[in-house]
Amino acid sequence: MSDGTVGAGGGAAVAVEGVSKHFGEVVAVDEVSLAIGAGEFVALLGPSGSGKTTILMSIAGFEAPTSGRVLIDGRDVTDTPVYRRNLGMVFQKYTLFPHLTVRDNVGFPLKMRGVDKAERRRRAEEALETVRLGGYGDRMPSQLSGGQQQRVALARAVVYRPRVLLMDEPLGALDRNLREEMQLEIKHLQAALGITVVFVTHDQEEALTMADRVAVMAQGRLQQIGSPEDLYERPANRFVAGFVGEMNFIPVAREGAGFRLAGGPVVTVPEAGVVGEIGAAGVLAVRPESLELTEAGAAGAVALAVRDVVYAGPSLLVIGQLPGGTEVRARMPSRLQRQRLQPGDAVHVRWPETAARLYPDGAAA
Amino acid sequence: MTAATRIRRRRAVDGRLGGTASALLLAPFLVLMLVAFVYPLVDLLLISVLEPAPTLENYRRVFAEPVYGRVFLRTVWISLLTAVCALILAFPVAYLMSRSRGLFAGMLAACVLLPFWSSVLVRTAAWSVMLGREGMVNTTLKGLGLIEAPLQLLYTQGAVIIGMTHVLMPFMVLPLYGTLRAIPDDYARAAALLGASRFRVFAEVIVPIAMPGIISGFLIVFLTALGFFITPTLLGSPQEQMIVTLISQQVREVLDWPFAAAVVSLLTALVLAIAFLFNRFLAFDKVLGGGR
Repeated sequence: MSDGTVGAGGGAAVAVEGVSKHFGEVVAVDEVSLAIGAGEFVALLGPSGSGKTTILMSIAGFEAPTSGRVLIDGRDVTDTPVYRRNLGMVFQKYTLFPHLTVRDNVGFPLKMRGVDKAERRRRAEEALETVRLGGYGDRMPSQLSGGQQQRVALARAVVYRPRVLLMDEPLGALDRNLREEMQLEIKHLQAALGITVVFVTHDQEEALTMADRVAVMAQGRLQQIGSPEDLYERPANRFVAGFVGEMNFIPVAREGAGFRLAGGPVVTVPEAGVVGEIGAAGVLAVRPESLELTEAGAAGAVALAVRDVVYAGPSLLVIGQLPGGTEVRARMPSRLQRQRLQPGDAVHVRWPETAARLYPDGAAA
Repeated sequence: MTAATRIRRRRAVDGRLGGTASALLLAPFLVLMLVAFVYPLVDLLLISVLEPAPTLENYRRVFAEPVYGRVFLRTVWISLLTAVCALILAFPVAYLMSRSRGLFAGMLAACVLLPFWSSVLVRTAAWSVMLGREGMVNTTLKGLGLIEAPLQLLYTQGAVIIGMTHVLMPFMVLPLYGTLRAIPDDYARAAALLGASRFRVFAEVIVPIAMPGIISGFLIVFLTALGFFITPTLLGSPQEQMIVTLISQQVREVLDWPFAAAVVSLLTALVLAIAFLFNRFLAFDKVLGGGR
């Protein structure tokens, strides 16, 4: 990393305040507010149609929000045209101009800012070096691989030292290995530049590994924003619980101080694990890796009729049915369990009390 | 299944054809070209150097008389202006077409294509009505009190350029539309985000990427205009002849076939030279930067 690009300017805070976007009758984004700190890496995660891209496009200025404001560094930019927002952006594909060399592509934003040719050349080369493509300046984009093209796009997006970098599924078109390599590259670049990154993805693994905080979107609404650990360990609602990682949902009915699984035992859930107002019935959420084998009659033991046992490298996936008919999945370390389990076995499982969370009954919000 | 049928099957799936099949598919076209184009052209070429006796006299005359040089230059100039006008008028239309969908796109396409499908003669005749002394343009200007006496619009270079631009517009719009439509919106978005104003997005991104379409449209219109007959004859001034009018005059009035043949050969050579130069220096793959 050369000194010229390090720490120049750092990042800017981005705030989305009560932004809604309607396309005719369709509400793509519904009153979303997000506060992104300077230098923070935030991923917008959600299924397609969740509104995550619309939020990004509102920050970029390609979409005018129907209502609400977008602030960058505390300044309202809602009505500022795209080309004056001074943001960096990496798109999913089709970003490098096919008629320009790699160097001229990277130099393009500098040219738009009136930087003279020699200086453009110098800074473009420097930016290319930061993405390990020094010496590629004379090539045409079509002569580069997909991963190299995205790295050039990355260099072009930071060469003018914007304080915010927007990324719209930038790794979606790349294959798995390349994607992991680029994830690290982006993280390093972000750390070195101190730039604020807003990253849209539908790949939760990508969001969880890269971001400082992840904003989960669904149906135009912000479901939860928090650290990857928050999201995984403490999902704020049933949607997030089901969307992030694997989750078993087990229906329960209130009984005394605890909750009874259909055809099974009564379990208790610590106060911290109860989310929202629970009526007569609720849904217990337990991660597959929290389930462990136990003896019949042990505290909290639930019968499980094993249907499938799938060897999956480090873990063994056990799929079975609870007495109430609910299908559950359990992931156990392969080396411990492989010999003992077979389809058709009747076993007992339990989970630590603190590993379960209880959500209100009803459709995923 | 025998090996032979398997190979034939595979070919069919590939969509590639063998030599015989390709030759058969090309044959009707090649025969037509030979009979209706190559043979008459070669024949004319021969006439120009063989009649009345083997000589280069006909060519000498074209170059010796300054009037013919002027006709050539004027033809090139009018054709260039026509191509420029057509490009300026066609680009916005093609751009709008490439960015519209549904009914509106269909209506735009119809506006471009309906005239394309009607006769050149009809369209040219319409202009001679419009531009005449009592035509729509003159009566409108007079009605507005902008002019006292009718302007001489018909039988001028301007009339020729207007008429040819109109007739040749679709040849500009269609290739432009093709290239513009293939340009994803993301290029313009990326450029805007990188700090380019609308004008610079247009000038530095859209136009260069659309260059192959611009060049092919320009070439088609320019080269077609060089050899255009009906419009210059009906709308043009007899004092400011274009090359084809000269040829027709030599053939039909003066009956000097060898001389007309020499002019035709020179015009053909000019067209080929221009096409070659464009292809040489502005090869489309180079314009796109795809070539190595």
